Amino acid sequence: MRTVPEGFILPSFGGASAAASVDVATQTMPSGGGYSGPRKLVLICSKGNLDMAYPGLILGNAAAGEGIEVHMFFTFWGLDIVNKKTNGKLQFTMVGNTAMHMADLGNLHPGLEHWSMPQWMGRIPGMTKIATNMMHKQIADLGVPTVPEFLDLLDAAGVKMWACRMSFDMMKMIEADLHPAVQGVISATDFMELSEGAQTLFI
Amino acid sequence: MPSNTIAEYTFAVNEEGFFTNREEWSEPLAEMLASMVGIGELTDAHWAALRFMRDDQAKTGVTPTLRRMQTQGKFDVKQLFTLFPGKPAKMMSYLAGLPKPVGCV
Repeated sequence: MRTVPEGFILPSFGGASAAASVDVATQTMPSGGGYSGPRKLVLICSKGNLDMAYPGLILGNAAAGEGIEVHMFFTFWGLDIVNKKTNGKLQFTMVGNTAMHMADLGNLHPGLEHWSMPQWMGRIPGMTKIATNMMHKQIADLGVPTVPEFLDLLDAAGVKMWACRMSFDMMKMIEADLHPAVQGVISATDFMELSEGAQTLFI
Repeated sequence: MPSNTIAEYTFAVNEEGFFTNREEWSEPLAEMLASMVGIGELTDAHWAALRFMRDDQAKTGVTPTLRRMQTQGKFDVKQLFTLFPGKPAKMMSYLAGLPKPVGCV
Protein backbone atom coordinates (compact mmCIF):
# COMPACT_ATOMS: atom_id res chain seq x y z
CA MET A 1 0.00 0.00 0.00
CA ARG A 2 1.39 3.36 -1.06
CA THR A 3 1.88 5.88 1.73
CA VAL A 4 0.09 9.23 1.57
CA PRO A 5 2.56 12.04 0.73
CA GLU A 6 2.83 14.97 3.10
CA GLY A 7 0.20 17.65 2.52
CA PHE A 8 -1.90 15.32 0.39
CA ILE A 9 -5.66 15.66 1.02
CA LEU A 10 -7.21 12.21 0.87
CA PRO A 11 -10.99 11.85 1.26
CA SER A 12 -12.06 9.64 4.14
CA PHE A 13 -12.94 6.17 2.87
CA GLY A 14 -12.44 4.60 6.26
CA GLY A 15 -16.07 3.75 6.90
CA ALA A 16 -16.25 0.85 9.28
CA SER A 17 -12.52 0.47 9.74
CA ALA A 18 -12.04 4.12 10.67
CA ALA A 19 -14.81 3.95 13.23
CA ALA A 20 -13.27 0.81 14.70
CA SER A 21 -9.90 2.42 15.08
CA VAL A 22 -11.19 5.00 17.58
CA ASP A 23 -9.11 4.64 20.72
CA VAL A 24 -11.69 3.55 23.27
CA ALA A 25 -9.17 3.54 26.09
CA THR A 26 -9.15 7.33 26.10
CA GLN A 27 -12.93 7.57 26.30
CA THR A 28 -14.12 8.08 29.83
CA MET A 29 -17.84 7.65 29.13
CA PRO A 30 -18.97 4.16 28.20
CA SER A 31 -21.42 4.16 25.31
CA GLY A 32 -23.88 1.51 24.20
CA GLY A 33 -23.05 -0.93 26.97
CA GLY A 34 -19.35 -0.76 26.22
CA TYR A 35 -19.80 -1.30 22.49
CA SER A 36 -16.72 -0.04 20.70
CA GLY A 37 -17.07 -1.53 17.22
CA PRO A 38 -17.75 0.14 13.89
CA ARG A 39 -20.55 2.67 13.47
CA LYS A 40 -23.94 0.98 13.42
CA LEU A 41 -27.39 2.22 12.46
CA VAL A 42 -30.70 0.63 13.36
CA LEU A 43 -33.89 1.73 11.62
CA ILE A 44 -37.20 0.74 13.14
CA CYS A 45 -39.83 0.88 10.39
CA SER A 46 -43.28 0.92 11.94
CA LYS A 47 -45.49 2.42 9.21
CA GLY A 48 -46.94 0.80 6.11
CA ASN A 49 -47.92 3.90 4.15
CA LEU A 50 -46.00 4.42 0.92
CA ASP A 51 -44.66 7.79 2.03
CA MET A 52 -43.52 6.35 5.36
CA ALA A 53 -41.77 3.36 3.78
CA TYR A 54 -39.27 5.39 1.82
CA PRO A 55 -37.47 7.34 4.59
CA GLY A 56 -36.17 4.11 6.14
CA LEU A 57 -35.25 2.57 2.79
CA ILE A 58 -33.38 5.66 1.64
CA LEU A 59 -31.50 6.16 4.90
CA GLY A 60 -30.61 2.47 5.11
CA ASN A 61 -29.23 2.50 1.59
CA ALA A 62 -27.27 5.69 2.17
CA ALA A 63 -25.77 4.37 5.39
CA ALA A 64 -24.74 1.07 3.79
CA GLY A 65 -23.02 3.04 1.03
CA GLU A 66 -21.03 4.87 3.71
CA GLY A 67 -19.69 1.65 5.15
CA ILE A 68 -22.03 1.72 8.17
CA GLU A 69 -23.46 -1.53 9.52
CA VAL A 70 -27.24 -1.26 9.03
CA HIS A 71 -30.07 -3.24 10.58
CA MET A 72 -33.72 -2.61 9.73
CA PHE A 73 -36.44 -3.84 12.06
CA PHE A 74 -39.93 -4.01 10.59
CA THR A 75 -42.72 -3.84 13.14
CA PHE A 76 -46.48 -3.32 13.15
CA TRP A 77 -47.63 -1.76 9.87
CA GLY A 78 -44.01 -1.58 8.77
CA LEU A 79 -44.20 -5.32 8.17
CA ASP A 80 -46.16 -4.50 5.01
CA ILE A 81 -42.86 -3.22 3.57
CA VAL A 82 -41.31 -6.69 3.70
CA ASN A 83 -44.50 -8.67 3.03
CA LYS A 84 -44.38 -9.75 -0.62
CA LYS A 85 -48.19 -9.76 -0.75
CA THR A 86 -48.41 -6.10 0.20
CA ASN A 87 -45.15 -4.30 -0.50
CA GLY A 88 -45.92 -3.71 -4.16
CA LYS A 89 -49.22 -2.09 -3.22
CA LEU A 90 -48.37 0.35 -0.45
CA GLN A 91 -50.56 3.45 -0.61
CA PHE A 92 -50.42 7.13 0.08
CA THR A 93 -53.40 8.99 1.44
CA MET A 94 -54.12 12.70 1.65
CA VAL A 95 -56.28 12.14 4.71
CA GLY A 96 -54.67 13.48 7.85
CA ASN A 97 -51.91 15.15 5.88
CA THR A 98 -52.23 18.91 6.12
CA ALA A 99 -49.00 19.39 4.14
CA MET A 100 -50.81 18.18 1.02
CA HIS A 101 -50.00 20.65 -1.71
CA MET A 102 -48.95 20.12 -5.31
CA ALA A 103 -46.05 21.80 -7.06
CA ASP A 104 -47.82 21.45 -10.44
CA LEU A 105 -50.75 23.61 -9.32
CA GLY A 106 -48.37 26.56 -9.39
CA ASN A 107 -48.59 26.36 -13.19
CA LEU A 108 -52.31 27.16 -13.01
CA HIS A 109 -51.93 30.09 -10.70
CA PRO A 110 -48.81 31.34 -8.92
CA GLY A 111 -49.09 30.61 -5.20
CA LEU A 112 -51.37 27.60 -5.63
CA GLU A 113 -48.36 25.30 -5.24
CA HIS A 114 -48.39 26.17 -1.55
CA TRP A 115 -52.15 25.80 -1.12
CA SER A 116 -52.97 23.05 1.34
CA MET A 117 -55.79 20.93 -0.06
CA PRO A 118 -58.86 20.60 2.16
CA GLN A 119 -59.16 17.31 4.03
CA TRP A 120 -62.53 16.40 2.47
CA MET A 121 -60.81 16.01 -0.89
CA GLY A 122 -58.89 13.05 0.46
CA ARG A 123 -62.18 11.29 1.17
CA ILE A 124 -63.41 11.43 -2.41
CA PRO A 125 -63.66 7.78 -3.58
CA GLY A 126 -60.57 6.86 -5.57
CA MET A 127 -58.52 9.78 -4.26
CA THR A 128 -56.09 7.53 -2.39
CA LYS A 129 -55.45 5.61 -5.60
CA ILE A 130 -54.84 8.81 -7.55
CA ALA A 131 -52.52 10.20 -4.85
CA THR A 132 -50.65 6.88 -4.70
CA ASN A 133 -50.17 6.76 -8.47
CA MET A 134 -48.90 10.32 -8.47
CA MET A 135 -46.40 9.57 -5.74
CA HIS A 136 -45.22 6.42 -7.57
CA LYS A 137 -44.59 8.52 -10.64
CA GLN A 138 -42.70 11.23 -8.74
CA ILE A 139 -40.52 8.60 -7.06
CA ALA A 140 -39.81 6.82 -10.36
CA ASP A 141 -38.96 10.15 -12.03
CA LEU A 142 -36.16 10.57 -9.49
CA GLY A 143 -34.74 7.15 -10.43
CA VAL A 144 -35.68 5.76 -7.03
CA PRO A 145 -36.70 2.09 -7.11
CA THR A 146 -40.08 0.64 -6.13
CA VAL A 147 -40.33 -0.83 -2.64
CA PRO A 148 -39.71 -4.51 -3.61
CA GLU A 149 -36.78 -3.50 -5.82
CA PHE A 150 -35.42 -1.29 -3.07
CA LEU A 151 -35.30 -4.29 -0.72
CA ASP A 152 -33.18 -6.17 -3.29
CA LEU A 153 -30.86 -3.17 -3.51
CA LEU A 154 -30.53 -3.00 0.29
CA ASP A 155 -29.80 -6.71 0.38
CA ALA A 156 -27.04 -6.31 -2.21
CA ALA A 157 -25.62 -3.43 -0.17
CA GLY A 158 -25.38 -5.69 2.87
CA VAL A 159 -28.26 -4.27 4.95
CA LYS A 160 -29.67 -6.78 7.46
CA MET A 161 -33.45 -6.91 7.70
CA TRP A 162 -35.54 -8.36 10.50
CA ALA A 163 -39.26 -8.84 11.10
CA CYS A 164 -40.85 -8.26 14.49
CA ARG A 165 -42.06 -11.51 16.11
CA MET A 166 -45.11 -10.06 17.85
CA SER A 167 -46.35 -8.16 14.80
CA PHE A 168 -45.65 -11.19 12.61
CA ASP A 169 -47.82 -13.38 14.86
CA MET A 170 -50.47 -10.71 15.32
CA MET A 171 -50.87 -10.22 11.55
CA LYS A 172 -50.86 -14.02 11.09
CA MET A 173 -48.08 -13.76 8.54
CA ILE A 174 -46.24 -16.76 7.17
CA GLU A 175 -42.50 -16.96 6.47
CA ALA A 176 -43.16 -17.60 2.79
CA ASP A 177 -44.65 -14.12 2.46
CA LEU A 178 -41.53 -12.39 3.72
CA HIS A 179 -39.17 -10.84 1.20
CA PRO A 180 -36.26 -13.28 0.84
CA ALA A 181 -33.76 -10.69 2.09
CA VAL A 182 -35.35 -10.72 5.55
CA GLN A 183 -32.93 -12.61 7.81
CA GLY A 184 -35.44 -13.72 10.37
CA VAL A 185 -38.36 -13.05 12.67
CA ILE A 186 -36.98 -11.85 15.98
CA SER A 187 -38.28 -10.82 19.39
CA ALA A 188 -37.91 -7.48 21.13
CA THR A 189 -35.14 -8.93 23.30
CA ASP A 190 -33.22 -10.15 20.23
CA PHE A 191 -33.61 -6.65 18.88
CA MET A 192 -32.03 -5.21 22.04
CA GLU A 193 -28.97 -7.36 21.45
CA LEU A 194 -28.51 -6.46 17.82
CA SER A 195 -29.06 -2.76 18.46
CA GLU A 196 -26.32 -2.55 21.08
CA GLY A 197 -24.19 0.50 20.43
CA ALA A 198 -26.24 1.52 17.39
CA GLN A 199 -27.72 4.85 16.49
CA THR A 200 -31.43 4.10 16.39
CA LEU A 201 -34.17 5.80 14.41
CA PHE A 202 -37.86 5.07 14.89
CA ILE A 203 -39.81 5.74 11.72
CA MET B 1 -8.22 25.80 -4.09
CA PRO B 2 -5.87 23.15 -2.65
CA SER B 3 -3.97 20.77 -4.88
CA ASN B 4 -2.46 17.34 -4.41
CA THR B 5 0.90 16.19 -5.69
CA ILE B 6 2.00 12.61 -6.07
CA ALA B 7 5.00 11.55 -8.14
CA GLU B 8 4.88 13.68 -11.30
CA TYR B 9 1.14 14.40 -11.00
CA THR B 10 -0.45 17.53 -9.56
CA PHE B 11 -4.23 17.94 -9.51
CA ALA B 12 -6.68 20.41 -7.97
CA VAL B 13 -8.97 19.09 -5.26
CA ASN B 14 -11.76 20.41 -3.05
CA GLU B 15 -11.41 20.65 0.73
CA GLU B 16 -12.33 16.97 1.09
CA GLY B 17 -9.75 15.85 -1.45
CA PHE B 18 -12.00 15.05 -4.43
CA PHE B 19 -10.91 16.07 -7.93
CA THR B 20 -12.30 19.36 -9.17
CA ASN B 21 -11.07 18.96 -12.74
CA ARG B 22 -11.63 15.61 -14.41
CA GLU B 23 -9.07 16.45 -17.09
CA GLU B 24 -6.27 16.29 -14.52
CA TRP B 25 -6.96 12.58 -14.04
CA SER B 26 -5.13 9.80 -15.85
CA GLU B 27 -5.06 6.02 -15.66
CA PRO B 28 -1.56 5.71 -14.16
CA LEU B 29 -2.59 8.30 -11.54
CA ALA B 30 -5.68 6.25 -10.72
CA GLU B 31 -3.46 3.19 -10.19
CA MET B 32 -1.40 5.15 -7.67
CA LEU B 33 -4.45 6.49 -5.85
CA ALA B 34 -5.96 3.00 -5.72
CA SER B 35 -2.89 1.75 -3.96
CA MET B 36 -3.14 4.65 -1.53
CA VAL B 37 -6.75 3.91 -0.55
CA GLY B 38 -5.95 0.26 0.01
CA ILE B 39 -7.33 -1.35 -3.14
CA GLY B 40 -4.01 -2.35 -4.61
CA GLU B 41 -4.04 -3.53 -8.19
CA LEU B 42 -6.98 -2.32 -10.30
CA THR B 43 -8.46 -5.29 -12.16
CA ASP B 44 -10.58 -5.25 -15.31
CA ALA B 45 -13.67 -5.31 -13.10
CA HIS B 46 -12.49 -2.19 -11.27
CA TRP B 47 -11.72 -0.47 -14.55
CA ALA B 48 -15.13 -1.30 -16.04
CA ALA B 49 -16.80 0.51 -13.15
CA LEU B 50 -14.44 3.50 -13.25
CA ARG B 51 -14.76 3.89 -17.02
CA PHE B 52 -18.53 3.74 -16.82
CA MET B 53 -18.48 6.44 -14.15
CA ARG B 54 -16.35 8.72 -16.28
CA ASP B 55 -18.38 8.13 -19.44
CA ASP B 56 -21.66 8.68 -17.63
CA GLN B 57 -20.43 11.82 -15.89
CA ALA B 58 -19.20 13.20 -19.22
CA LYS B 59 -22.72 12.74 -20.61
CA THR B 60 -24.80 13.97 -17.68
CA GLY B 61 -22.41 16.24 -15.81
CA VAL B 62 -23.31 14.38 -12.62
CA THR B 63 -21.37 11.57 -10.95
CA PRO B 64 -23.61 8.47 -11.02
CA THR B 65 -24.84 6.93 -7.77
CA LEU B 66 -24.68 3.19 -7.02
CA ARG B 67 -28.32 2.92 -8.11
CA ARG B 68 -27.51 4.45 -11.46
CA MET B 69 -24.51 2.14 -11.81
CA GLN B 70 -26.97 -0.70 -11.31
CA THR B 71 -29.75 0.47 -13.63
CA GLN B 72 -27.76 2.17 -16.40
CA GLY B 73 -24.42 0.40 -16.17
CA LYS B 74 -25.86 -3.04 -15.33
CA PHE B 75 -23.31 -3.46 -12.54
CA ASP B 76 -23.95 -5.83 -9.67
CA VAL B 77 -24.19 -3.75 -6.48
CA LYS B 78 -22.90 -6.58 -4.31
CA GLN B 79 -19.83 -6.89 -6.52
CA LEU B 80 -19.19 -3.14 -6.35
CA PHE B 81 -19.20 -3.38 -2.56
CA THR B 82 -16.61 -6.17 -2.84
CA LEU B 83 -14.42 -4.34 -5.35
CA PHE B 84 -14.53 -1.01 -3.52
CA PRO B 85 -15.14 -1.90 0.13
CA GLY B 86 -16.42 0.61 2.68
CA LYS B 87 -17.81 3.52 0.71
CA PRO B 88 -18.01 2.18 -2.86
CA ALA B 89 -19.63 5.17 -4.58
CA LYS B 90 -17.26 7.69 -3.03
CA MET B 91 -14.23 5.53 -3.66
CA MET B 92 -15.14 4.93 -7.30
CA SER B 93 -15.79 8.60 -7.94
CA TYR B 94 -12.42 9.43 -6.38
CA LEU B 95 -10.51 6.88 -8.43
CA ALA B 96 -12.35 8.05 -11.56
CA GLY B 97 -11.25 11.64 -10.93
CA LEU B 98 -14.78 12.93 -10.37
CA PRO B 99 -16.64 14.82 -7.64
CA LYS B 100 -18.38 12.58 -5.11
CA PRO B 101 -21.96 11.60 -6.02
CA VAL B 102 -24.64 13.88 -4.61
CA GLY B 103 -27.78 11.84 -5.32
CA CYS B 104 -29.64 10.30 -2.36
CA VAL B 105 -30.34 6.98 -4.05
